[in-house]
Order: sequence, then C-alpha cells, then structure tokens
Amino acid sequence: MKAFDYLAPTTVEDVLAALVGKGDRVRPLAGGTDLIVQMRRGALEVDAVVDVKKIPELNGIAYRPGEGLTIGAAVPCHRIVEHPDIMKMYPGLVDAVALIGGTAIKGRATMGGNLCNAAPSADSIPAMIVLGGTCHIAGPAGMRTMPAELFCKGPGETVLGREELLVSVHFPPPKSRFGACYLRFIPRHEMDIAVVGVGASVALDPDWARITMARVALGAVGPTPILAETVGTSLKGKEPSEASFAEAARLAQEAARPITDMRGTEAQRRHLVGVLTRRALRGALERAKGGRSGGR
Amino acid sequence: MSKDKRSTPEVTDYEVVGTRPQRHDAPDKVTGRALFGADTNLTGMLCGKMVRSPHAHARIRSIHTARAASYPGVYAVVTAQDFWWAKDRGTNPDESGETIKYLHENMLAQEKVLYVGHPVAAVAANSPHIAEEAAKLIEVQYEVLPAVTDVREAMKPDAPLLHEHLVTQSLSKPVQKPSNIGSHFQNLKGNPTQSFSQADLVVEREFTTSTVHQGYIEPHACTVWWTVDGDLKVWTSTQGAFGMRDQLAKLLSLPMSNIHVIPLEVGGAFGGKLPIYIFLEAVAALLSRKASRPVKMTMTRAEVFLATNPTSGAYMKVKMGATREGRITAVQAELYFEAGAYPSADVIGYLGFATAYMFAPYEIPHGQIDAYDVVVNKPRTAAYRAPGVPQANFPVEQLIDEMAVRLAMDPIEFRLQNVVREGSELLNGTTHGNIGAEEVLRAAQSSNHYRTPLAGPNRGRGVAQGYWGNWGARSSCTISVNGDGTANLVTGSVDLSGTRTTIAMQAAEVLGISPDRIQSNVGDTDSIGYTEMSGGSRTTFATGIAAITAARDVIAQMRGRAALLWGVEVQDVTFERGIFVTRRSGEKQMFFAEVAGKIAETGGAVTGTGNVDPQGWGGAFGMHIVDVQVDPETGKVDILRYTAVQDVGKAIHPSFVEGQIQGGAVQGIGWGLYEGYQYDTRGDMLNPGFLDYKIPTATDVPMIETILVEVPGPNHPFGVRGVGEVPIIPPPAALANAIYRATGVRVADLPMTPVQVLEAMGVI
Amino acid sequence: MAAKTRVCVKINGEQLEFLCEPRQSLLECLRDILGLTGSKEGCNDGNCGACSVLLNERVVNSCLVLGVEVDGQEVTTVEGLADWRGLHPLQQAFLDHAALQCGYCTPGILIASKALLDREPNPSEDRIRTWLAGNLCRCTGYDKIIRAVQDAVGRIAQPREEVKR
Repeated sequence: MKAFDYLAPTTVEDVLAALVGKGDRVRPLAGGTDLIVQMRRGALEVDAVVDVKKIPELNGIAYRPGEGLTIGAAVPCHRIVEHPDIMKMYPGLVDAVALIGGTAIKGRATMGGNLCNAAPSADSIPAMIVLGGTCHIAGPAGMRTMPAELFCKGPGETVLGREELLVSVHFPPPKSRFGACYLRFIPRHEMDIAVVGVGASVALDPDWARITMARVALGAVGPTPILAETVGTSLKGKEPSEASFAEAARLAQEAARPITDMRGTEAQRRHLVGVLTRRALRGALERAKGGRSGGR
Repeated sequence: MSKDKRSTPEVTDYEVVGTRPQRHDAPDKVTGRALFGADTNLTGMLCGKMVRSPHAHARIRSIHTARAASYPGVYAVVTAQDFWWAKDRGTNPDESGETIKYLHENMLAQEKVLYVGHPVAAVAANSPHIAEEAAKLIEVQYEVLPAVTDVREAMKPDAPLLHEHLVTQSLSKPVQKPSNIGSHFQNLKGNPTQSFSQADLVVEREFTTSTVHQGYIEPHACTVWWTVDGDLKVWTSTQGAFGMRDQLAKLLSLPMSNIHVIPLEVGGAFGGKLPIYIFLEAVAALLSRKASRPVKMTMTRAEVFLATNPTSGAYMKVKMGATREGRITAVQAELYFEAGAYPSADVIGYLGFATAYMFAPYEIPHGQIDAYDVVVNKPRTAAYRAPGVPQANFPVEQLIDEMAVRLAMDPIEFRLQNVVREGSELLNGTTHGNIGAEEVLRAAQSSNHYRTPLAGPNRGRGVAQGYWGNWGARSSCTISVNGDGTANLVTGSVDLSGTRTTIAMQAAEVLGISPDRIQSNVGDTDSIGYTEMSGGSRTTFATGIAAITAARDVIAQMRGRAALLWGVEVQDVTFERGIFVTRRSGEKQMFFAEVAGKIAETGGAVTGTGNVDPQGWGGAFGMHIVDVQVDPETGKVDILRYTAVQDVGKAIHPSFVEGQIQGGAVQGIGWGLYEGYQYDTRGDMLNPGFLDYKIPTATDVPMIETILVEVPGPNHPFGVRGVGEVPIIPPPAALANAIYRATGVRVADLPMTPVQVLEAMGVI
Repeated sequence: MAAKTRVCVKINGEQLEFLCEPRQSLLECLRDILGLTGSKEGCNDGNCGACSVLLNERVVNSCLVLGVEVDGQEVTTVEGLADWRGLHPLQQAFLDHAALQCGYCTPGILIASKALLDREPNPSEDRIRTWLAGNLCRCTGYDKIIRAVQDAVGRIAQPREEVKR
C-alpha cells in the first residue's frame, strides 16, 4: 500500500476538521474490513485515515422502549448481534448483521461501514430500510438526517459529502404486531456476498387479520439497495396469504434491476427475488404474530 | 515412558502399525513454532516482488526498469535478460520431458506473455511495501493480442495461436499446420464401433469441467541466499527439495552440489507445489545475487490463483454401451484438457492417467479413447490430487448411473456386474494387479449409510467409485542409533500431512521400539539421498520401504555388534520383536537399547540406509455415498450425509488415513459444487481470491464418515497402498447422481452451481 | 520513508513496544517486527482466517487491523495459548484427534475455537461450524477439527493438569 498517516481523534469535531479540504484523500476508518481491502487492492489511495473508534457518539448502542434504537456508526457487528435488546426487539436487523462475513469479520466490521461502503449487495441495508432506519450525519453545516433507503446513490456512492461523517443510525421503536426478517441467497452456506438479499417487514391490524404496513427492500439487484414501494402498496390492507405474498413477489421481481455478473445471472436473480420475497414476508409475518424464528 | 518391547517371538500382530501415536511435528504446529515458507528471517533480508502482465496474450515490445531501480529502498531489478543463457535453449523437451525454454519463459517472459499474471520482471527492496511501489514503476510496452480461454475456442481454425511453431504431436496422424493442440494420443481396444451397434443400451453425453485450483492456504514462499563461495541456499515451501534443486541447477546453470534446498513445512500443496515449473526461487536467486543480500519472495493470494498452476478444465464426450443384463460392452471417449499456457509432459501425463483410470473399475472388452491437450491463455496446468481423473471420472460415473437407472438396477449392483479383478485388462493395455475393487463395492453396499433409507422430498442419494494407480519412485532414508536406544531417522520426503510419523512408525515396527523413541526429520538436499517429491500417493509406500530397509540394515549391523559382545558368529544372532537372541551355548538376550548402549565400544556409529526405487505398488479403489437435499426454488444443494469407502491396503496410522480421505472428499465436493475459474472476454480472471473462488467452509459439509477396507497391497511388507489421491475422484459424480435422484435432472458441467441446477430443471 | 508510530500493546500477556508505519497491518507487525510467525497470511483480505488473533478477546483477522490501531490494547496469538501448565486443552485435543494435516490453518482455528469455548461452554456442531466458517481448511475436510473442538469442551471443564508429552 502507499504510505498514509493515521489519526485517532476523540471528538466528531476533530474528525470533521481532518476531513475539511481533503477531497477523498482522507477517509474515516471504522472496522477497516472494506477500506483496508480496497486500499490494498489499489482501488483506493488515501493520504490519511481517521480512526473513529474512539468517538463516543459513533460507538454506542442506546435502546429505549419509547424512543427506539440508536446504533453508532462505528459499532462492530458482533456487539449488535449479541445485544439483548436488539436480539429481542430488532431480530430482523440481527438476521442481516449476523450474515456480514464470518466471526472475525464481525469482530471488526461495522454496520455503519457496511452502509457507507454502499455495495449494492450489502446485507445490512435492506434490513435497515424495512425497519425504517434514519441515518444521522454530521458535517460542516451541522447535523442532518437521511432515510436509509435514500442513503446510497450508486455502487460505492452515498449521499455523504467528502467532509461529512455518518454518526449513527436510528430505528423507531417497533410497534406491536410488527415483524421484520432478512434473507439472502448465497452459493455456499457462509462467507459469500449476497447474490440476492431481501428484507421484509409487516405490521398487522389489531385483529391480526390484515396488513396495515409492509416494506420490502431488495439487495444485489440494482445499483443500490431498492425499496420496492409497489410491494408495500400492494400489501397494505390485504390479508397475509400465499396469494397476496405471491403478488408481492411478482411486484418485487418487477422492481428489481438485476444484472449478470460473476456471482449470478440476471434470470437467476430475478427468480430469486420472487422466492426470497415470499420467504421473507412469511418470516416477517411469523415474527409479527409473535414467533421468533423468522421463517428460516 | 520407555516402551521397548519384550515379547515372545513369532508374534504376527503389529505393535506399532495400526496404532495412533501423536505426530512428531504436531506440537510445533499447534503452538505456532513450526516454520513455514514465509517464516524465515535473515539479517539484511530483502523482499522480492514480481511484476506481472495485465494482459492474457501480448507481445512484449520493451521493458524499462530504470525508474524502479533508482527508487529509494530498491536493491535489484531483474528481467528475462538476466537469464541470458536461456536464449540458447531450444524448444525440444529434455530427458524429463519438459522444455527448459518454457520453464524460463514461464518464470520471466521474454517475447510473449500468455496469461494475466505472467511475470515479466522482479524487484527486491527493503520492505514489501517499497517493493510493491517500485514494481509499479517498471514500464512494459505490450502489443495486445486476442486471447482464448476455452479449449473449444482454442481448437477452432481461426483461433489465435499461443505458440506459432507448435504442431500437434500425434502418433497416428502427423500434423504440419501449427495449432493450439499440443498432442493427441489414442487408446484402442477391440472394435468399439461394432460393439456399440450391437448394444442394447447406449448412453452418450457431453461434459465440461472448470479450471480449479489446489487451493492450499499457504501461498508459495521462499527465501534464498548465496554463500560467500558461490553456493545457493534455498528455504522454500515445496513438495520436493531434490526436484527443486535439480531444476534450479538447470535454470541457473549451476552444479547440483552448489545448490542447497532446505524444505520448510508446507501449508498444503496437493500437486500445486511440484518442483517442475519453478515460480519464485530462480528469480529470487538472481535478485539475491545482484543485491548481495538474502531475498524473500512470497505470493499474494491473487498471484497464487493467477500465476501458479491450477489443474485442467476439460471438455469431454463420452459414450457407453451395455447389454440389457447390465454388462458394459463398449466405451468411447474424447478428452480435451487445458494445458494452460505451455504444452508439457505433465499434462500429457494427466491425460494418460485420465485415459487409463476413467474406466479402470470396469471390465470393458471394447473401447477407444482419444485425448488432446490444448493450450489456452491461462496459467499452465498441473496436478491436483489424482491429476486428470476427477475430470474424466465425472462423465463415466454419471453414465454408469444413467444405465443403472434405465435398466432398473441398483447402482452398486450394476457396478458389481462389471467389476474388475486381478488380471483384468485396462484400456491402455496394462492389467490390474492385486486390487480390492469388489471388496470396496461390497463394503459400500453393506454400510450403515447405504442400508439406511433416505426419506423426504427433494432428496436423493448418489454413489460413484474411482480408481488411482498410486506410485513408488526413489526414496532415501537413514537411521542412526543413539547410545540410549533412541534413534534419529532422516528421510528425503517432504512431510505434507504427517508422513514423518508414518515413516517412523514403519521403522519402529521393524526395530521393535516405540515410535516416540525415534526422532523423525525431513532432511535437506545435503543430508540425505535423492528422494522424489511427495505426491502421487507414494510416500507411505515407497519411503516406508526405504525406512524399513534402513531399519533392517540397522538390525543387521546391530546383530553384528551383539555377536561381538557375545563372542559368537553373527549368523547365531537373531532379532525377534525388539530383542537380540543367541542360542549358542544357552539362550542369551539383549534388548535393542542394551545393544545400542554398547555400539560406541563395538566399532562406532550404527547408521542404516535405505535407498530404494520400489516397484509393483498396488492401486486403490474408493466409493463414495452422498445424500443431498436440493431446494427446488433456488437450486441449492445441501449435503445431508457423506460416506467414503476406500481400500487402503494397510492403514499405518488410521487417523491420518481417515484424514486423507476426508480432506480429499471435501476437495472433491468443492470441485463438484462450488469451485471454478471465471474469466471475462479479455481473458482476465474474475475471481482470484477466496471470496469468489469458493472452497468449502465448515458449514458446507457434514462429518465425513470413512470406511477403511484393507486388502493388503502388493510389494510392501505391511501391505500399504497409497491413499491420498483416490478420495478426490468420486465426489463430483456422486453428487451429480444424488442431484439426479433428488430432482430428476442431470447436470453435466462442473461446478454444479445453483444456477446450473435451476437451468437443468427448467426453472430459469 | 514514511514516519513510524510507536505502539504499546500487550501481547500474550506481555507488555511490548514497537515502531511501525500506519500501512503495516497487525499481521505484518506480529510476523515481521515481533518475530511471532505463528499467525499466517493466507489471503490478506479477510477471507481465510489464517491470520486470526484475539484483540481484546474478540476474534479478528489481523490482516485487516492496522498495527497502529492496537495501541493500548490486548492481543492473543497462537503463541500465547499454552502456558506454564502445558498445552491449552484445545491444542491437546487437536493433537489427539489428528485435527491438523499441514498445520497452516491451525493457529487461526485454535484462536477462533478458543474464543468460542470461552463464551459458549457447550456449543452444538452447527454452532461450531458456523463460528469457524471464516477459517478455511483445505486439508482436513473439517471433520476432525470439529470433533477436537467438541472434545475440548469436556477437557476445559476439567481442572487443568500438567500435560505430559
């Protein structure tokens, strides 16, 4: 690798100061599991990395029943999947974060980094979207927010300006009769990048009979993760059934824009969007009804 | 702790063979102390780095090294020009069958680059990062040429030629026009055409397999240094120190005795670290000489995939005919194997194995096999455990299964109908020796796995068998006796997985002492006689015989010492189960350790030697049984249960034998379901890393049950048969047969990915 | 030459200090500066686990950690598993089950297994396999590795005695 400097500030202000006027030559470093790989491969050259793991706002997990869950951008995946409140209240998020790499990767990789790396196939992003995640961003002009589904603009590209920093992601408190699930398809059983990923969430009416809200987000089938809005619209007010889920799956397939690359073919991906949408909706439904397993 | 045995003579049970002692080198391996190829650290050591072609096929117009050479921290730069003596070498193969000019060209390209990753220059610098930066400063001008990465494309009349003067070597049809086909040979037995026309059932299909890599976790690594008087020392990860020494002698034009190769521990090889084509060591030697410093060169994972030696992908057409009673009457096959960038005797060898062994489990009266090696713009191919045979076995075991299904016969029963025995003739004109073919089939048939019904939707059970002929070759071993009755054993066989212990166990059995009383070492090229590389499933057999020979030599010498001590003739001294005995004027006995204690005063050191080239080794059969579940919506294959049955002759250390079988089976599973080189239209490899070249993880396979059948192998005192290569052969076909039974479709292309399964099922 | 940073870190219980450039990974620092060559490079991009170490008791790929990042922290490598009482029960279990062939992946697998058993005293076979999914082995087919880890569960439950060779 080309030589670079290492900074490890302890405040958001100091990070922002380090980013000012540097274009993309100075990068925040959280887990390093994407950044270091890209630097080593020569896809990225930097003059300095700014370690953000010592900054309190980026490294905390806060859950309060009425307020929801805030996860700092530099919190490593292993803390997220082992956190009792997250496991209990946001199992759909755990579904996704638990799939990022293997044990050692989760020991370092962060959910915030997974989001900022903005791979179309990122596992955490469809789950964040269907859980209504909001990104909190610090910059020279102060703090701003962005819904998770609008954070990515293209492969490897986000709405973050070069002088901005993702601080945390916030999830609203889950309502009763709400469930979410993330599933992905990979050729092996672990360690692969998703060929297709689907996150789904549903909320049921007080009679447990009809869907009041549904969100389906697709990963690895477009330049960014896709919130398939037509799916949510089609399911609203309907009874959850094989028929309504089949229609949802069909609409999800239409919303997908898959390509053929070394990890999968267009036809395979489009087909899998349908399969995984049905399965993820079933999983979300089971959780909404109070089951724990998430449709696996 | 002393385990010198006192026992009665005429005991036929083994004391050591068949037990499971702790491996001599394992404590160092579980504590991180063992030294592998990149673990050296010499004062002043520099780091070498190759500069590699970004093009799959191009002519080199110029190489400018000045900017790199003057970069701070760089001590040397080399190109093919530094091997100035190589220019005079022609393109005829030498006595090894390899073409030295191609070896040079593969190390550092002179005129053309033939694959992405082909080395063109190298630098040595005082840190790996500096070396990497300096490498980027080497300026190479290329004239890019069109590339071919598929054997069928490479054989088309208008295909770009890799070697303008390559004409096909063929016994039957002399060829004038240059092409990408290196050679063609044919095996013919009887009259297959006529026999097919009379068969009740004929099955025929085309198959392809992908280029796959041996996938060893340790990248290639070496450190080299010149001594003050012009000798070269090489510490390296290799399967054969002597082979490497001899190749380096050729490549560097040095006498063999001036080169000292010290083999370090090897982090996996499986045929990918054979000392035939040398990747790093000779270039490192030139860098070291120029810089007057030791040089360490290692490969990155991407370099390992791009620029070492994966094994051939293949295109095959296979046809088989049988009677309605299930007797095979005729077979026919066309095999087109990738040679990679250079035609070589190696690849012809693999085609030979494929041809000989693909039908070897079956009595076949008529057959014709045409085999071709084809150059393509990929790194040159090499062995991967049973080279050539997993590819060729894949079609055969599927067609056998297809015939069994169509004749409504149990698939093992069908195979028993056609089983080979000692004296059965193979299609290459050789005959089977002492083999355990039937025993393996019957063991599989009566196994708990096979007798347990498989229930449930989308599930299927497949079986497949395979044969590998094994090997002998030259081995050397010395055993020196210490005054306390322990012994030091040195062998020339690089230890890939515990053979230093199985070799010591065989010596221990003869010497009548415990294996932990033998220090077992792998020698370097100065300390032991020429030993062929470790591979071909030869080590436990041939080096075991060397050790047994050395042990018997030790016993003979010590009988002489005992005779001296007792004042009798050596003929009056016998050695029985660890005890020297004379019955001349009353019975006297001495333990091994007692005689050892007296060797200093009875003539000095006792060192036994075994320099052998054993013949008549036995081949081995294996059959695998696999239960799968296939997700009909995604095409994903899950393995529910796996059993590998194999004739191992005699398991010297059963844990090691089981481990070989399990490891080979899982490699075969990777070959069958997950692995394959992928290329873009420019000939660039898309997946040169462990993320997208997918070897099985612990979550992809279940426990691998092993059933060891022991039909003693010929020409070895304990009946050893090679075990390492058989187990990689059956898995792809066994999986294909299981997938067929789970889904009703056959997949004829490896790897059998979910996409393949869905396409075969017509889902996408 | 890029400026070097001073790193103070506890490795295998011992407080150590070294100088390194920011671009040098923890793996490079362990192997090339500190002479701890037990951790291995297999891929240098987080996909094989041969470089696994414990960082503050968490399994990480040391190839993806910068040396400078571990200042003030604690690292355990394979060299730190055995102690004055002898081999760690996992190491002994690996010897007894022949759970290694070439031995190259073994340090990483031992580190990862120790982290699992430190946390979950009696994991299922599935759990062990999933935990070890990021540690590639090409030689053994994983069978004996899993059995050794399962066996180590029982050994860890016993008080540790001096292990005789």
